[in-house]
Amino acid sequence: MSADRLPLLKAAWVIARRDFMAILLSRAFIFFLLGPLFPLTVGAIAGGIGQRVESTVAAPQIGVAMAGADIDRMLAARAALAQQLGPAIPEMVELKRLAPGETFDAAAVLERREGNLGGVLTGTPSAPVLTATAERQWWAGSIALIAGNADGDAPTVFPEVSTRIVAASGASDTRGRMRTAQVGQIMLFLLTMLLAGMVLSNLVEEKANKIIEILAAAVPMDAVFLGKLFAMLAVSLVGISVWAAVIGGAMGLQGFEHLFGGAISLSALPTPGVGWPLFLLLAIAYFAMGYLLLGSVFLAIGSLATTVREVQTLSMPVTMLQVFLFLFATLAASDRGGWLEWAAITFPFSSPYAMLARAAQDEALWPHLAALAWQLMWVALSIRLGAALFRKRVMKSGPRTRKAGSWLRAKVAEPK
Amino acid sequence: MTQGPGEKTGDSKSAARPLAIEARGLIKRFDGTLAVDGVDLAIPEGAIYGVLGPNGAGKTTTLRMLLGIIDPDEGERRVLGQSNPQDVARAIGYLPEERGLYPSMKAYDAIAFMGALRGLPLAEGRRRGRELLEENGLGHAADRQIRQLSKGMAQQVQLLGTLVHGPRLVILDEPFSGLDAINQGKLEAVIRRLADEGTTVIFSTHVIAHAERLCDSVAIIAGGKVPYAGSVDAARDRIPAQVRLETRHPDGPWRAALPPDARLEGRFWTFPLPVTGVEPLLRALIEGDAGILSLSIERAGLHDAFVAIAGEAAARALQAGEPQE
Repeated sequence: MSADRLPLLKAAWVIARRDFMAILLSRAFIFFLLGPLFPLTVGAIAGGIGQRVESTVAAPQIGVAMAGADIDRMLAARAALAQQLGPAIPEMVELKRLAPGETFDAAAVLERREGNLGGVLTGTPSAPVLTATAERQWWAGSIALIAGNADGDAPTVFPEVSTRIVAASGASDTRGRMRTAQVGQIMLFLLTMLLAGMVLSNLVEEKANKIIEILAAAVPMDAVFLGKLFAMLAVSLVGISVWAAVIGGAMGLQGFEHLFGGAISLSALPTPGVGWPLFLLLAIAYFAMGYLLLGSVFLAIGSLATTVREVQTLSMPVTMLQVFLFLFATLAASDRGGWLEWAAITFPFSSPYAMLARAAQDEALWPHLAALAWQLMWVALSIRLGAALFRKRVMKSGPRTRKAGSWLRAKVAEPK
Repeated sequence: MTQGPGEKTGDSKSAARPLAIEARGLIKRFDGTLAVDGVDLAIPEGAIYGVLGPNGAGKTTTLRMLLGIIDPDEGERRVLGQSNPQDVARAIGYLPEERGLYPSMKAYDAIAFMGALRGLPLAEGRRRGRELLEENGLGHAADRQIRQLSKGMAQQVQLLGTLVHGPRLVILDEPFSGLDAINQGKLEAVIRRLADEGTTVIFSTHVIAHAERLCDSVAIIAGGKVPYAGSVDAARDRIPAQVRLETRHPDGPWRAALPPDARLEGRFWTFPLPVTGVEPLLRALIEGDAGILSLSIERAGLHDAFVAIAGEAAARALQAGEPQE
């Protein structure tokens, strides 16, 4: 590279520095700081979808560890009752057929937090023992009903169910982590959309101010894109720091957790699969990737449009698509290891959401490294494509293209 | 020497100078429409060069290709010795036709920002920005936001931003548009001073008078083509000098001395100077008893040259400031 050209990153820094300061000192930043109020509102509205997903996917099960014949009678009785009572009867799965005299450590199974077990049933149909978390103790009634039916077709007496309480189970973890994943996804989605919208407004403003040609003449278009994207990212990180400080300070106040009906009671969120520190780091990384991907698409759209109305028209389908992808990723979170989750992880625009959900639910770290590399590649690609599109479409003058209709008329009028 | 395809000009002063810009066969299409059609340019360092043509003729597109804002579909360009103009971006200053500044920026900061885009450290740019504003009588506006300045002042700020980093090549797209007569005069002075300092200045315009007053050479663009690129003198020499004659007698044998295309405008007859020269003409007029009251020989102006080269339609569009049909 010649010494007479500003290096790409230095040029991007010049753009980013200007944008960063301009946005930070503008009214737009105030709106950005008010942003967290929207997730709370929208989160409450979107809770319906989340709850449905959570209950569908993570419906907890009772694992049965009894003598083989007892298991068969219990499962048959449960199936018969389920036909009459539907989902009110909890799911039951065979855990182990015990040999005569064999013992079974139900608490140990639950502590391992495998699968989606909410409790373990041992003993016999006439003397069942339920080992479960405190929140699942209400299963005792359903189990008494099933056990009574397992002992006879028309029971008049139902056995008493002994209960043993454990601190946590696989099911309680799964459900809790799902909640963490959903909260993370909603925050990520709203932040990304808010920022992408802001970067688009910024570009449209520059087009209106006719500054873009000065930038295009002085530095590579890639640098303009990078500068704008990273300036907004830096603004968002400042905003997040402000929120963290405000929320952190407010949490020290008495009664804070009861505000908004407990919606911002962070302590109610279970520990994510990768642990809180790493989860927060990954959330920032996925937020950056999601924003850079969507931001570069929005910038490319901004380059195509010449008026605010055109921007609105062009960005609407992308916004709708992003909402769809967000819902897709939310749904995919319930399909751990399934094709839906893999599809959401692979598709670059839903990948950050899907991977954040995975970080909440799963302990493994390597998929995150692979996903970040994959997303980074798409970020680079989308910035390059956006910049190329910009150079091609925006910086043109001269006669306007003939419309398709006039071209057709000209063709028809051509002498044969 | 500045010359277009097939042109021969006698500008020996610039012949030895290296070329700041060399373009061959530049072609640009937008969605199949030919905007620039085979433009050749050779602009020596230190020249004041005008790109002359009506709106929509391809001036801006040509300049954007020279700046590397857009790439030509075909053809080659070399700017300050580099095939990619962005490789010498720090040595170029560019004032686009559509002026643009951040409205919330202060005047001195806007100049510094434009310098920073060309590699000038921000602190240095701010210092120079204040100096330039002082030197140009705008010191009082240094700390005012762009939105608080008049249009003319904002244009001056942008021009200073174009020059703050001390470019070797300055490209100005329609720099005189929107300026009042006083500011146009100031801008002309700035352009002359830049050229005196060795800076190459290229500007596009649809006002012939500016090109005629300032330029060593011009390129005439019409319909995306460059029918002429060369010195202003050579362009004017393309058409013969015009004779302007006033006689005492409206008619008589002397009329036979006038060429067939002579036209009467008020009291004056105007016609091209015959190739035989002025002496045989004078003799014929005297012998034919014309009663000469006045006779002057006027060299053709750049406007006449433009009409002869680009055609009447282009000239009309140029004067009207409207896009060429």
